[in-house]
This record gives sequence, structure tokens and C-alpha cells, in this order.
Amino acid sequence: MDALHAQLPVLPIVLPLLAGALLTLADRRAPAVAQALGVAASALTLLLAAALVAATADGTILAYRLGNWPAPFGIALAADRLAAGMLVVTALVAIACQLAASDGLARRAPHFGALLQLQLAGLNGAFLTADLFNLFVFYEVLLIASYALLLHAAGPTAVRAGLHYVVVNLLGSTLFLFAVSLLYGALGTLNMADLIARAPAASVADRPLVEAATLLLFVVFGIKAAALPLGFWLPGTYSAAAPPVAALFAIMTKVGVYSAVRMSPLLSGEPTTGSALLLVAGLATLAFAAVAALAARDLRALACWLVVASAGTLLALVGSGGGAAIGAALFYLPHTTFASAALFLVAGLVADARGAASADRIEAGPAPRPVALLGVLYALAMMSLVGLPPLSGFIAKLLLLERVAGAPAGAAIWITVLAAGLATLVAGSRAASTIFWKAGETSTAAAAGAPGRPGAVPFAAARGTLAGTLLLIACGLAIVPLAAPLLGFAESAGAQVAGPRAYVEAVLAPAGAVP
Amino acid sequence: MLAAGIGLLTAAGVWLLLRPRTFDTVLGLTLLSYAANLFIFAMGRVAIARVPLIREGVPATLEHYTDPLPQALVLTAIVISFAMTAVLLIIALRVRAETGSDHVDGVEPPADGERG
Repeated sequence: MDALHAQLPVLPIVLPLLAGALLTLADRRAPAVAQALGVAASALTLLLAAALVAATADGTILAYRLGNWPAPFGIALAADRLAAGMLVVTALVAIACQLAASDGLARRAPHFGALLQLQLAGLNGAFLTADLFNLFVFYEVLLIASYALLLHAAGPTAVRAGLHYVVVNLLGSTLFLFAVSLLYGALGTLNMADLIARAPAASVADRPLVEAATLLLFVVFGIKAAALPLGFWLPGTYSAAAPPVAALFAIMTKVGVYSAVRMSPLLSGEPTTGSALLLVAGLATLAFAAVAALAARDLRALACWLVVASAGTLLALVGSGGGAAIGAALFYLPHTTFASAALFLVAGLVADARGAASADRIEAGPAPRPVALLGVLYALAMMSLVGLPPLSGFIAKLLLLERVAGAPAGAAIWITVLAAGLATLVAGSRAASTIFWKAGETSTAAAAGAPGRPGAVPFAAARGTLAGTLLLIACGLAIVPLAAPLLGFAESAGAQVAGPRAYVEAVLAPAGAVP
Repeated sequence: MLAAGIGLLTAAGVWLLLRPRTFDTVLGLTLLSYAANLFIFAMGRVAIARVPLIREGVPATLEHYTDPLPQALVLTAIVISFAMTAVLLIIALRVRAETGSDHVDGVEPPADGERG
């Protein structure tokens, strides 16, 4: 048991990799076995993530040195509260995505299971690593898996959107290389803990280099998190993806936010340039996304802009700085992930139920049968995302407004968040009343006869998607009664990040100290 | 000189990246990756006739050896960008096959005379 505990940080990476490899073998030969194996692997990853949460809940930081090379010379993995929390959220979204794909996507796209496991391995690696170049490598792993997931058995819209997505991310990777190597040249290390420890002590000549490299690094994280001038790839890509894939992509923007949180101690070295820019970019993203949500023509586009809005809020909170704001951001993060993933799945259900003529466009058309069920699911997801009581969004927004009230830019944050909340509320309700209440004269039978998007599944057969949606909504609803312990966890995670001494000590401890 | 070369490659790469044809985009990203790899290499402080192999009797400091870590980083980066370029090419070819156009948006822009 002790040996297992020592290996715990690396298992969430190794297990999906192995599962992905096995699934590549089994995908075409025994699809049913492959499907069961995939679900089992995801469930096991969830258990590992839960074990990590239990292990780090009291503040211990589990460090793992690959190859037993002492940090900072070797690559280290570090599991603290933040990493463990992100792992749990990822595992839950992945299980929901797998359930949703079992309807039709897994049959049309035989390698879906393997690709999902590889994507999971990349995501878990990005959350667990404590080495900046290793973060680059895991970014590439998760990006290439996402390209494959987006394009596997996809139509021309997805392929066109995929080209833009790939080009933008390759540009981001090149910038990442410039930033990482500049940091290495200036500070002499790639280990995140070591960077945080050495940055304040950089020589006067090197200081502008460190600042420039940090800002470039945050540009890369901004590209991943779809911050304002860098995020126009997101709506095209996420609305072209199949609903289960789009639901999984809800966690991908959060990787950019996570990296920004993890490297935010680098920003505290310099006066306020970096954090101020982050704050401004976050608020601008939020404002733009709220306006764009009002202009959205279909449910998927609306969901995409709401994802961008949540990423903007999170970046603004990180830019605002301080353990309290980061704690609020870490409480807000799982709520938006579950709610936006659920919204993508509901948009898919609505589109398939309405047939190809109206799909999920926000216009009068046939009512998506069964109206009551789909309406309730949509209402829960949207109300949660917008921030209406008594759902998780309300608690999360209340918390973040409370925590930034005393910050220097608190007024700006309050105004933007509240105005954006109003705009998204209007957008969401307009969509709901148009789609669910303004049922047009087109008969449902005629519309259902037309071919839908590739792989459209009639509602009666969409049990998997329904199960996935219910899982995500249940997770979102569970946040409400569990808000107090979750907030305690999030705040202590934020405090751990803002005061990185424990992190630095755990990762850079001499090799003999850890069994 | 090296810095000027890296700058030139980056400039050319960015210019090509912003062109509307997929082939130019792929070339631009390739040039950018060359620039990034040279940059990483340069971060290891270029020197002449120093190898990263430890010899007997010579103290193991950076005055006597080159830094092997940036060289390892460059290798990793080359391998990753090689794979990514391959993926990008396949996607560009597929866009060409699906839409019949090699414009990055997948549709040819309307000729000037047709604009309303």
C-alpha cells in the first residue's frame, strides 16, 4: 500500500496511456470489449484522482521524481490540492464524454476510445507535471489527441475548423518554445518550483528577459484559454465538434487557466505589468463573449461563447491575484466545466431532436421532443452557467464577487461580471423561449425525415448522451450542498499556490527524503 | 549573426503564416520551428569546440563543457514539430479534398467585381 502511495502521482498518466495502447489493438477487432475497457479505465482514473485528493487534502504535496533523478535535474511530478482537484474534474468529464459517445460516435469513429484515453493521459500529465518543458510536451500530447478527436469521422465543417485550430495551436507551441528557452537561458532551470524560487533573485541584467519570457508564457496560456485577442479559434472549433468531443473540450480551456494559476507566482516578482494585463485581458474577454453570446445564432455557438466568458472570468481572477481571488477561481472552475459540458451535450440532443431543418438554431421550428425533459436539462445547465440561484453558478459568482471586493480593480470586475451575467441570462432565456416555446408549424415528422448532421441519433436511442448529461448536471448540482467543503478545499489550494514555499520544498527536497 | 538569422527566420515564418494559402501556412510554421530550435540552442550559449561529454580530470562545470540540456530540448522540439507538421499537412490535404480549395478558410474569396 505504501508503494502504491509513492507511485500515486504517476499512475493517472501511465494508466490512460496503457489503456490507450490496449484499446488501439482492440478497437476494430472487438469493439464491445474495447468500449467496456475504456469505461473501466476512465473509472479507474477517477478512483486514482479521488485517492490523490484524499492524500493531498491535509496539505501534503506528493512529489514524484521520474527515474529517481534529483530535482531540478530530473523531471518531477507534483500533486498538490490544485492538481488533484483538476484530475477529479477531468475524470468526471471524461466519463460523461464516454457515455455520450457510446450512442453513435463510438460506432462511427472506431478509434474514439483510444484517442480519449490518450487525451486523458495528456491532460493528467499537464496537471501533474512540475517541469515547464514537460508541460510543453504534455500540451503537445493533449493537443494532438484533440486534433484527432475533432477530425475522426468528421464532416467538412469540422475539417475546415480543424485547420484553423491546428495552425493556431502550432503557433502557440512555437511561442511556448521561445518562452521556455528564454526562461532557461535567464534562470538556468526548467523545474517550476526552481523557477519560482529563482525568479526574484534574477540579476538586474536578466530581469527584463525573465519578464519578457513570463509575459510570452502567459500569451501561450491565453491562446489555450481563449483570452480575447487570441481566442477566436474557439467558437469555430467547438461548434464544429461532435457533442461528446465538444463536452470534453470544455476542460481544455481550463488547462490554460490551470497553467496560468500554477505559474502566477512568477508574476508576483515583477511590479504589476503581467497581472494587470491578465486582468484586463480577462475582463475584455468576458465582455466580448457576453456580447457575442447575445448574437449567437445556435445553441452550440452560445455554449462556445459561454465557455469563453468563463475562461475570461477565471483569467481576470488570476490577474487580480492573491490567495483569496485564486481560491474563488478554483471554486468557479469545476462549476463552469460541468455546466458548459452539460450544455454542449444538451445542444446536441436538441439538434438531433429537431431534425436537420432547424438543428439547434435559435429560431422558431419544431419543438424538440421530449420537450419537458430537454427543457429541464437545458434550464439546469443554462441557469447554472449564468449564475441563477440556487444552482452552483450563483454560489460561485457570489463567492468571486465577495473575494475581489477589496481588490484594486474590484469595481471593474464587479461591473463586468454582473453586466456579463445579465447579457448571458438574456441570451440563454431568449434561446430557451425560441426553441422550446415558439414551436413552428413545421411538422416534426417531416423535419425528422431529413438527414441530420453526420451521426445524428434520434432521442429514443440517445440513452448514452442522456446519461452523460445527467452525470454532469448531477455533478453541478452536487456542488451546491457540498459548497462549504469544496470552498475550503479550493481556498487552501489557492493559498498553497499563492504561497509556494511548501511546493518548492516538496519538489526540490533531496532524493533521499522520499522513499 | 545567429540572432539576426533567428530574427530573419521568425519574420519570414510569421509573414508566410499570415498568407491565405495552406501551403504558405505550412511553410511559415516550418520556418518558425527552425527559428525556435535555433533559439533554444542559442540559449545554451554557443561555443566552439566544446563537447558535452565528461572527460577525466576536467572539472564538470559549464566553463569546460557545453550545456547538454538545450541540445536535448532541441531534439525533443524537432521531433514534436516534425509530427505536428505531418498532421498539419494531412489536414491541409483533406481540406483540399473536401472543399476543392486550398484557401485556409476552405472557400475562395469572391472576386473583386462580385463584391456587393
